[in-house]
Amino acid sequence: MTAFLKLLARNRLALAGLVMIGIVVLLALLTPLLPLADPDVTRTADRFKPPFSEGALLGTDHLGRDLLSRLLWGTRLSLAMGLAAAIIAATLGSAIGIIAGYFGGRTDNIIMRGVDMLMAFPYILLALAIVAALGPGLMNALIAVAAVNVPFFARNIRGITVGIAHKEFIDAARLAGMRDREIILGEVLPNVLPVIVIAMSTTVGWMILETAGLSFLGLGSQPPQADLGSMLGEARSALITNPHTSIVPGAMILIIVMGINLLGDGIRDALDPRLKSGALSRPMAATTVDRQGAVPAARTDSLLDITGLQTEFHVRDRQYKAVGGVDLHVEKGACLGIIGESGSGKSVTALSVMGLVASPPGVITGGAVHFDGRDIVGAPYEVLRALRGRRVAYIFQDPLATLHPLYRVGDQLIEAIQSHESLPRSAARARAIDLLKSVRIPNVESRIDSYPYEMSGGMRQRVGIAMALANDPDVIIADEPTTALDVTVQAQILSVLSDLRRERGLAIIFITHDFGVVGQLCDSVAVMYAGRIVEQGPTGAVLRNPQHPYTSRLIDCVPTLGGGQRKLAAIPGLPPVVDNLPAGCAFAARCDKAQAECRAGQIDLRPTGPDRRVRCLFPENATEHSI
Amino acid sequence: MTGYILKRLLSAIPVLLGISVIVFAIMALIPGDPATAILGSYATPENVEKLNRDLGLDQGIVARYFIWLGNMLQGDFGRSFALNRPVLDEVLDRFGATLILAGSSFLLCSLLGIAAGVISAARQYGFADKAITFAVLLGISIPSFFLGMMMILIFAVQLRWFPVSGMWPIYGDRNLPVLLDHLAMPAFALSVVATGVIARLARSAMLEVLRQDFIRTARAKGVNERRVIWRHALRAAMVSIIPILGIQAGFVLSGAVYIEMVFQWPGVGRMLVDAILKRDILLVQGGVVFIAACYVMFNILVDVAQALLDPRIKT
Repeated sequence: MTAFLKLLARNRLALAGLVMIGIVVLLALLTPLLPLADPDVTRTADRFKPPFSEGALLGTDHLGRDLLSRLLWGTRLSLAMGLAAAIIAATLGSAIGIIAGYFGGRTDNIIMRGVDMLMAFPYILLALAIVAALGPGLMNALIAVAAVNVPFFARNIRGITVGIAHKEFIDAARLAGMRDREIILGEVLPNVLPVIVIAMSTTVGWMILETAGLSFLGLGSQPPQADLGSMLGEARSALITNPHTSIVPGAMILIIVMGINLLGDGIRDALDPRLKSGALSRPMAATTVDRQGAVPAARTDSLLDITGLQTEFHVRDRQYKAVGGVDLHVEKGACLGIIGESGSGKSVTALSVMGLVASPPGVITGGAVHFDGRDIVGAPYEVLRALRGRRVAYIFQDPLATLHPLYRVGDQLIEAIQSHESLPRSAARARAIDLLKSVRIPNVESRIDSYPYEMSGGMRQRVGIAMALANDPDVIIADEPTTALDVTVQAQILSVLSDLRRERGLAIIFITHDFGVVGQLCDSVAVMYAGRIVEQGPTGAVLRNPQHPYTSRLIDCVPTLGGGQRKLAAIPGLPPVVDNLPAGCAFAARCDKAQAECRAGQIDLRPTGPDRRVRCLFPENATEHSI
Repeated sequence: MTGYILKRLLSAIPVLLGISVIVFAIMALIPGDPATAILGSYATPENVEKLNRDLGLDQGIVARYFIWLGNMLQGDFGRSFALNRPVLDEVLDRFGATLILAGSSFLLCSLLGIAAGVISAARQYGFADKAITFAVLLGISIPSFFLGMMMILIFAVQLRWFPVSGMWPIYGDRNLPVLLDHLAMPAFALSVVATGVIARLARSAMLEVLRQDFIRTARAKGVNERRVIWRHALRAAMVSIIPILGIQAGFVLSGAVYIEMVFQWPGVGRMLVDAILKRDILLVQGGVVFIAACYVMFNILVDVAQALLDPRIKT
C-alpha cells in the first residue's frame, strides 16, 4: 500500500490531479461556511456585471445573481450528483455482477444477455429515454445516469467474480457449510471491493460530465437550483454578449473532470505491473548503441567479424550483461554453430549483429561487428536497413509468431524482395514462387496465397527460410530454426539449409541448444555460457574431445541412439543471473571440478590447440565421447 | 463472406427485439396514466379514450408490447401530438442532418485518433508522444458542449472563420462548400472526446503489437521503419482498434444531442430534447428506437470490417 502511494506520488501528473480535485472538493465542502452572497437572489439592476467588479469577484449572471456563489454551490451539487450516481451505479452493478459471476450457469447467462442488450444502446440515448419517461428533474437525471452505468459495473465485476468463484477458499467455505449469502458477503465482496473502488474512481468523472450534460439540456436540475451544467445551459443565450457567464461554469467542469482523469490515470499506472517492469515499452527500429571505450578494429578479414561484443539489458537500475564480450568470425561459405542453454546470450549475440535486439531495454555497450570490413555497430539506420535481409538475413524460431498473421505468405515474400530492389510486382511474385520451390514447398502456386495460420509448422519454417533467401544474402543467421519442429521435419529443414549453403556459398550462423544438429551442419562451434564463449573449435574436435567441463556436461545431456540404458546426466543448478555475475568462472558453482582459483579472477579464452580455445583453468583433455 | 454477413444480420434480430423491450419497459415507467402523459393535461376525454384504444392501454402489458411492436414493424411509430404528424416522418426528416454530423465526426475521430495513437506509440516517451498524451487528456476531459460554445466564441464571433450556428444559411444557396463551412465546427467539437479515447486505445494496441516477433521479422528483412509502423504494426493493431471504433460510433451518434443544441443543428438529438421537454412521449420512443436500431446496424458493419481485416475469423 505504501509502495503504491509512493508510486502515485512519483507520478507528477497524478499528484497534480489530486491537488486539483482536493482544492475543488475542499471549496465545495466549505461553501456553506464561506461569506458568499445568496446564490438565488436576483438583482436585475446588477445583470451581467463583468468579473472582478465590486462585490462580485466573478461577476453576475443574466438575473444579477453572484456568479462566484452560484459557481461554488453549483460545484457542490455537481460533485454530489456525480458521486451519488457513481455509488448507486457501483452498488447495483456490482451486486448484479457478483450474483451473475458467483452463481454462473443460467443465472449468469440471463443476466449477462440483459447487460449486453443494454450495452448495445448508445448510452446517452438510454439516459434520455429514462429522463423522458420520468420527466425532467434533478433526481430523475441522477437515476438515469446511474442506470446507464450499471451495465459497465456489472460486466467488470462479473469478470472478477468468475475468477474468484472457482478459487479454493470459496470451495472450502462451501464445504464448511456456509450459505451463499455469507460466502458472497464474507469472502467474495472483500476481494472484489478494490476493483469496485478503482472502477468507480475512473467513472465518477464521466458521471459528473453526464449529469452536467443532462442539466445543460434542461433535463436535470431545474431553476432556481443550479448545478454546473444548468448554469452553462442558462448562460448559452448570452454566450456572445457576456461570455464570462459561460466560461466560469464550463472551466470548472473541465477542472473537475481533468483532475479526476489525471488521478485515475495515475492510479491505473501505479497498479499496472507491466509499467513497472518496463514491459510496455516498444522496441525501436535499431538497438541503442552506447559504447564505452575504444572500438576494436577488425582482427581478420572475414566476411563477418564480431569483436568484444557486449550487449546489456537496462531494466530500471539493474544491468543484465546478456553478452559479455564475444569474439566470433565467419568466412564465406562456412557454417558456425553457437550452442548453449536458454539465456546463455546466443540469440542476443546474433540479434546484435543487425541491431535487432529489442531496445529499450537492450543496449550495445561495447565491441564491434565488422561486415565486409566495415563496423556496423551504431551505423546509421539506413545503412543497417540496406544490409538487413539483403546481405545478412535471419531465420527465426516459431514462424507462427514471426510471420505476420494477417498477410499472405506470398505478400510477405514479395515485400522482402521489394524492400531491396524495385521490381514490378509480377516479377517479384515469380521470384517468390521460385524461392518457395527452392525450399521444397509442394503446390507452390496455391500455397503462395495462404495465410501463415493455414500452414503446418514445417511449411511455415520453409517460408521463413525462403524469405531469408529472398535477396541472395551472404550470411544467414538462423536462430533455433528447428526447435519447434518434430524430428523428421527438422531433418528436412537441415538438409534444405545444407544444400543451399553448398549451392549458393552462404555463410550460416546456426544457433541451437542441440549438439546433434551442430554435428550435422556446422564446421565449427562456439559454446556459450552466461554471455561468454567458454569453448570454441572445429565441430568434430569439440564433440570428440570437449575441454570445458560445461561442454562435456552438455554433450552428456544428449541421448544417443542405441546407446543403451545410459543415465542422462542433467547439469545440476541453474545458469547464473547475468546482472550479478560471480568473479572468475561463471560455471564454477555448477562444476564438480571447481577449485578456489576458479572463483578468483578473470579467466581468459586460451588456445589449446589448432583453432581450439577454452575458458577454463583445468581443461579436460583425456575424456573421449562418442556421438 | 455473404454467409457471414447474413449470419450477423440474423443475430441482430434478438438485439433489436431486446432494444424494443428495453425502450418499452422504460416508457412503462411513466408515472400515472400514459394517455394523459402523452396528450398533456389539457387533452379532451375523447382523445384520451381514443389514444387508450389505439395503444391498447386497456389491455395487459404484454399484449400492449406486441401491439406496439407490430405497429412499428409496419412502419407506424405513432403520431407526435406536439407536431401533429407521424413520428416516423419527423424522425426521417431529421435523421439526415444527424447522419451528416455524426458521420463526419466519426470519420474525423477515427482518422485523427488512429493517427495520433500510432504516432504516439512510435515515438513513445518522445516529445510528440507527450504532446499527444496531454492533448488527449484535455480532449477527454472537456465537455463537448462547453468546447462547442468556446469554439463559437473564438472561431465564429472573434475570428469570423465559420458561421455561428445552423446547417444552412437562412438565405443563399445550399451547396457542399456552404454545408462544410457550417459542419466544420460542430463535427470537430463532437469528435474530440472520441478522438481522445481512440488515440489512447490505438497507442496501447500499437505498443502491444510493436513488441511482437513478426515486427522484428519485418525489420530483419529490411522493411523501412515507416512501413513497419504504418503497415505491419497498424494492420495488426486494427484488430483491437476496430471494436473500439464501433463503441465510439455510439458515443458520437448519441453525443450529437449536445452539439445539435449548441450549434442549432436540425437533427434528431434536438428533436428528442424538445420532445422530452414537451413530454411528446411517442416521438421520444420512436426516435430512440430508430437511432438504437441504426447503431445496431452500424455495429454489424463494424463486425464485417473486422472479418475482412482478419482472415482468422471464420466466415
